[in-house]
Amino acid sequence: MQLELVKRDAPSSKMLVAAPFMALGLTVLTSGVMFAVMGFNPVAALYEYFIAPLTELWSVYELLLKAGPLILIALGLAVCYRANIWNIGAEGQFTMGAIFGSIPPILFPEWTSWATLPLMLILGMVGGALYGGIPAFLKVKFRANEILTSLMLAYIALLILDYLVRGPWRDPGGFNFPESRNFSDEQSLATLEGSRLHVGILIAFAAVPVMWFFMSRTLAGHAFKVVGEAPRAARFAGFSSKVLTYAALMFSGALAGLAGIMEVAGPIGELRPTISPGYGFTAIIVAFLGRLNPWGIMLAGLLLSLSYLGGEAAQITLGLSDKMARVVQGMLLFFVLGCDTLVRYHVRLKPNPKVASTPTASEAADAA
Amino acid sequence: MKRLTSSLLALGAAAALSMGVASSAQADDHTVNAAFVYVGPISDHGWSYAHDQARLAMEAELGDMVETTYLESVPEGADAVRALERLARTGHDIIFATSFGYMESVMEVAERFPDVKFEHATGYLSSENFANYNGHFYEGRYILGKIAGLETETNTIGYIASYAIPEVISGINAFMLGAQSVNPDVEVKIIWVNTWYDPPREAEAANALIDQGADILVQHTDSTAQLQAAQERGVRGFGNDSDMSAFAPEAQLTAIVNNWTPYYIDRVRAVADGTWETGSAMGSMESGMVQMAPFANMSDETRAVAEETMAGIIAGDIHPFAGPIFNQDGEEIVAEGEQAPLDMILGMNFYIQGIDDAYPN
Amino acid sequence: MLLEFFSFLRELASFFVYIFSPTILPGVLVTVVGSATPIALAATGELVVERSGVLNLGVEGMMIIGAVVAFGVSLGTGNPYLGALAGGFAGIGTALLFGFFTVYLASNQVATGLALTLLGLGLAGLIGESFVGTPGVRLEAITIPVLSSIPFIGPALFDRDILVYLSFAIVAGVSYTMFKTRVGLILRATGENAEAAHALGRNVRLIRMGAVAFGGLCAGLGGAYLSLVLTAQWTEGMSAGRGWIALAIVVFATWLPWRALAGAYLFGGVIILQLHAQAYGLSIPSQAMNMLPYIATIVALVLLSRNQAVMRRNTPAALGRAFVPDR
Repeated sequence: MQLELVKRDAPSSKMLVAAPFMALGLTVLTSGVMFAVMGFNPVAALYEYFIAPLTELWSVYELLLKAGPLILIALGLAVCYRANIWNIGAEGQFTMGAIFGSIPPILFPEWTSWATLPLMLILGMVGGALYGGIPAFLKVKFRANEILTSLMLAYIALLILDYLVRGPWRDPGGFNFPESRNFSDEQSLATLEGSRLHVGILIAFAAVPVMWFFMSRTLAGHAFKVVGEAPRAARFAGFSSKVLTYAALMFSGALAGLAGIMEVAGPIGELRPTISPGYGFTAIIVAFLGRLNPWGIMLAGLLLSLSYLGGEAAQITLGLSDKMARVVQGMLLFFVLGCDTLVRYHVRLKPNPKVASTPTASEAADAA
Repeated sequence: MKRLTSSLLALGAAAALSMGVASSAQADDHTVNAAFVYVGPISDHGWSYAHDQARLAMEAELGDMVETTYLESVPEGADAVRALERLARTGHDIIFATSFGYMESVMEVAERFPDVKFEHATGYLSSENFANYNGHFYEGRYILGKIAGLETETNTIGYIASYAIPEVISGINAFMLGAQSVNPDVEVKIIWVNTWYDPPREAEAANALIDQGADILVQHTDSTAQLQAAQERGVRGFGNDSDMSAFAPEAQLTAIVNNWTPYYIDRVRAVADGTWETGSAMGSMESGMVQMAPFANMSDETRAVAEETMAGIIAGDIHPFAGPIFNQDGEEIVAEGEQAPLDMILGMNFYIQGIDDAYPN
Repeated sequence: MLLEFFSFLRELASFFVYIFSPTILPGVLVTVVGSATPIALAATGELVVERSGVLNLGVEGMMIIGAVVAFGVSLGTGNPYLGALAGGFAGIGTALLFGFFTVYLASNQVATGLALTLLGLGLAGLIGESFVGTPGVRLEAITIPVLSSIPFIGPALFDRDILVYLSFAIVAGVSYTMFKTRVGLILRATGENAEAAHALGRNVRLIRMGAVAFGGLCAGLGGAYLSLVLTAQWTEGMSAGRGWIALAIVVFATWLPWRALAGAYLFGGVIILQLHAQAYGLSIPSQAMNMLPYIATIVALVLLSRNQAVMRRNTPAALGRAFVPDR
């Protein structure tokens, strides 16, 4: 038996829609089996994971709250990845955005005007963009691989934050505990009455159609794709790969930085040693789960958040281990990637490599 | 596609069924539903492990009176609020949040759920339905200091610390005061690993300290790695948070054991009786929250001193932060015959004289 | 200000004098080898994978699975050698899963690697739940007579456990195979231009699967080193980012095996050095100290990347690109 892939002439639009559902179905099936093996009622467990978090309004708000930063960061990363620039240091850009954006409330706490918050958001973007600019600089100037530099810079950013919050930026009234002073109302994002949903989440979701328009309808968006898919053609078309490297890394850095300051000026309300449960890393998964497409990223961000919330719910009601949430996420990503193959290829199983394959086999694969 | 829709429907039906099951579990009015939120995995053998051991012991003691659930590895920040809120909404009567970093999150959720009791470990905020609790763990560190001061042959102690927060600083100071009281020549070398929990890194730090001449190791991190490293290298050390002798039977001199069990039993019982009140509980050696693992691998003389010191602390005759205490610049911080006030200990931000290292800032 | 700086320099100089003194240095070297070995193992494996044109970002996931399986098997059988072996095989198992998706289904390699990391961390946590509170079995050192009594490097290199020796053997073997044998030539050709290799009648997918499996073996052994040697215990997430460092070391090494070993030792060396600097009492914030290994890696990479000739010669041109054979 041999597995054979035959490239389709054009991506199958039928499969494009069906693949994610197949992946979800396979994930549900496999995790159901795992739950059963671990001695849990698979139906109850699956309900807790994928449905329970959607049955209450507060929980839906929380879902959006968790998905917001993931989506915003992933939108930026998608631009990079489209251009074949592997920024995996969004966690650092997120952190640096939070640090830069926190300059007004921490160093100038008395200055509260209508301009404070906008300035914080802008500084957040600047911080993220500058920090994303470092791997761009190192890549353009020294050809240093950005996978390595952006990742190392992420670790460094976390330590810088740690230093600031435990040292110079520590709250003078906080009994020497590692927290900055609390942000005042003028320094925080407004929230929806009765929830933690803040304006930033609105910004994150509004960014989805904007990015879709940018990527698919503008020349600049097109440039990123061309550079990624055919670098030589891009050079002929007059796109400078240096400029695009800076642009991609700084743009994705800016979005991650914005997500960072909005997390700090939103639900957290102060600067502290831990401000992110790994948003920058999880967003890489969101970007790929969403196939680097803004709408897909939105759905992927929601789905991944759902699995976090569901994992928590299952831990409480069923006593299911928290590690299971990660296993489910890993499986989901595996299946999405595997099923995506069906979009681009016919998949056939051949009994013998020398014998020509029968067309019915691919039909069977499609029907499954 | 058709099959998919029908299976979704089936899922929905089953879901309704399982909800019935879930709500019946919480129907019994006499049962207290207690929840625990841990910052690390239970498997850390340290901080979160100690809290979870107390949860299990409390469950065993109270039997039908209590039902417990827990969430492990809950990140501090926005996620903590959601976790706490979910626990508050799913019928839990009392919620223990067991890391300092949860403090603001507990405050936020406690405000919104006035009928649920919240308990927060190692912080300083409280409200009507939000109590905090902590232990005078520095009392244990004072005893560690005496043991180390007597047992060291190189007069060099290695200290592996996590983060420069007051609890860790006061621990280092208490340790040194204990050590200096029996050995004026004792010297301490400190490594900040900037993590509570990275066993291989803790082992590397332990080895570095041993290489620089330390023959006794102290840790203020969570894992058992440094004790295991000590055993391999033939030196000794102290466990932290729980009795770690199973990991290093020949190396562990003793360990500070965080025994949260009595407190948890008390508080859950109070909820059952309707007598729960907010407050700031400070457990100590005397109250049983701070315990010592059996004194082992030391001379009889040292053991006698350790036991005597422990008895003195329990009786209230010995206070680790009794004056005179000088800071690194030689200024007198606590006068002879006085004791450091509690807020100085809880917010400690200086090294005492005799620590030959820059204060971390 | 200037005065402070000079006194700091003096402090720094005296620290280095101290570190290189005959009483301290041997111990430092021993710890550096311990710190570097798991990274060196994983990096060498990943290097072979990347030379075949596949980028597997799931090293962290394979390592942690290796760590937990090695711990469990050595605990169950009482034999840490069996444990290490099982850790290696567990690494292969997870790698083959990755290989099936990326090589046979042509899925995106970056994303699949991340999926492997997630899955590995989760699964390892699940498997390890029953090991909580149990000390493990340590892989003991095998002393090589004569060599182990060489001053300084003897105890560091020749009085070690089998995995340290194996890490050297693997690097030497990989280096030899890759540049001196036909297998190596085929491997490199596959990573350079899969279509051309295919046209020459090579089974590209099989070659890549083999490379991926080898990478899994090495990562699994590196994981085993964590739970059998560095600390004989299992704790969730104990790989703590070392798989990512291994990936970085491969780039740093410009895909050359001996350089990967050197890179791992440099990284391990800086880690141990900063710990010693703290214990010595150098007055630098601990966060800055803990940043040093990362900064050092970036700086070293930048310096290496400037030599474009070496970079271009060694970077696998087809890295990260899926290959689908036509009929």
